[in-house]
Amino acid sequence: MMDVGLGHYLVVSAILLVLGIFGIFLNRKNVIVILMSIELILLAVNLNFVAFSAALNDLAGQVMAMLVLTVAAAEAAIGLAIVVIYFRNRGSIQVEDVNLMKG
Amino acid sequence: MNWTLALPEIVLACVGMATLIFGVLRKQDSTLLCSMFVIGGFLISGLLVLTRANGFGFHGQFVADPFSAFNQILIISGATLSLILALDWNRSQGIARFEFPVLMLFSTVGMMIMAGASNLMTLYLGLELMSLALYVLAAFARDDLRSSEAGLKYFVLSGLASGLLLYGISLVYGFSGTMDLGSLHELLLKPESASPGLVVGIVFVLVGLAFKVSAVPFHMWTPDVYEGAPTPVTVFFATGPKVAAMALLLRVMGTSFASLVGAWQILVVIVSIASMVLGAFAAIGQTNIKRLMAYSSIGHMGYALIGLAVGTASGIRGTLVYMVIYVFMTAGTFGCILAMRRKGKAVEQISDLAGLATNDPALALVWALFLFSLAGIPPMSGFFGKLYIFLAAVQGGLWTLAIIGVLTSVVGAFYYIRVIKVMYFDAATEPFDAKPASLSFVVAATGLFTGFFFLFPAPIVAAAQAAAGVLFR
Repeated sequence: MMDVGLGHYLVVSAILLVLGIFGIFLNRKNVIVILMSIELILLAVNLNFVAFSAALNDLAGQVMAMLVLTVAAAEAAIGLAIVVIYFRNRGSIQVEDVNLMKG
Repeated sequence: MNWTLALPEIVLACVGMATLIFGVLRKQDSTLLCSMFVIGGFLISGLLVLTRANGFGFHGQFVADPFSAFNQILIISGATLSLILALDWNRSQGIARFEFPVLMLFSTVGMMIMAGASNLMTLYLGLELMSLALYVLAAFARDDLRSSEAGLKYFVLSGLASGLLLYGISLVYGFSGTMDLGSLHELLLKPESASPGLVVGIVFVLVGLAFKVSAVPFHMWTPDVYEGAPTPVTVFFATGPKVAAMALLLRVMGTSFASLVGAWQILVVIVSIASMVLGAFAAIGQTNIKRLMAYSSIGHMGYALIGLAVGTASGIRGTLVYMVIYVFMTAGTFGCILAMRRKGKAVEQISDLAGLATNDPALALVWALFLFSLAGIPPMSGFFGKLYIFLAAVQGGLWTLAIIGVLTSVVGAFYYIRVIKVMYFDAATEPFDAKPASLSFVVAATGLFTGFFFLFPAPIVAAAQAAAGVLFR
């Protein structure tokens, strides 16, 4: 059995971060997927904070993780509200339809 | 635990919550009354900032010093000007709701916390408080497709930027063991503590903050959001958040990570050059005045970043003076843009300005003054902003930046002066509606500042000098 150390957590969190970023830029389908990608990024960061907090034996990282969770919830609420008003005006939440302003 | 240091923020937040309750409970339309409360809150908060003592509060989470005070006063001024501009506009466009001033207030509280942050935790919370309110403000005209699209775009890209900033903070925390800006500074004085992980973290933090000041290559949202958001919100976007994010950049990069200047200076130089060049060239083909102003503000952030790239006390002073001048001339220009209404409907094309000089000579004159200032032509204030910045760059040995800066200002002058040409030499069309008094007040006040800055630069430069000195103790 291999011990799970700080390095493993960092690798997982880096993979989650990259998945989140790719989810935003490669996704051509639905705005909801973008919201999910943003949540994924924030969770990757939380994993980082908690892992560092345990490794450093310092509580600040876990406090920060709680704060990030709160902010993520508020952000999701506002994001969904914006998606709703966008849908009411446009009748679609396809990413390729978000193109009224260009240049 | 010295909570009185955060009194301006606490008072402002309490005013916000009281206004919210008042607005909800009152049956009649209370937009004007709520706006007045909020403006009163801004004034009280500004006075408290001016009179408060210096020091660290909340166990070193929050700092009150001349640097934070300088930026907070500037943020409050920008927010007050945009709120005054919003009074009449929101009513005429049918989006007058009492939540508008309250959201602006909470966003301002977030910016003030950013300016006073002395810990990466406080920095993040301030930044999010600002951003969450800004998402809603951008989409405030909720029956307008362009506004909701602007809100959606800003939300997605800003959410990504906050995520990257946060990832950077986590790396900085993990590889240094502290989130306190002062401790980071002391730790990094020893070269061996600068691990690669820490440097990667610093780059992520830089990216997140560069997004907020809309520096190239993180500027993609700026033109769309400026164009789509209701114009008073655009004014707000162009003033306060830029100041707050620039203050954070200066404080974080200029103090905590100052000893790693070799690692990040080249990035700031590249970002600054790219912003100046893009701001100058991409604006040439624009036909929408708000989009033109978006590219103009990208360029201006490029100039302001020169001061950070130099990294000396005179460079930071240059950036601070530049931000003051930028806030007032931008608020004034947008005040003029808000006057572009025909039969109550807003028009935004540059061609709509044709013959403004015959229809409304006073507005055309003051607008030309702002545009000359944006282009950096003496004796307007914009020239002095650039002067202090380029002076610092030359003293710091960054000749390339100064030369590119001068060249891009020349290119920039072309499109600013083209707007003046349309106003003065094209055949007149239908005149604009009569200007409301609140708008005339803002335009006159900022116009006086912009036009006569050369008579009284000393107090502002001295305040900026004192503020910059804090970062170099």
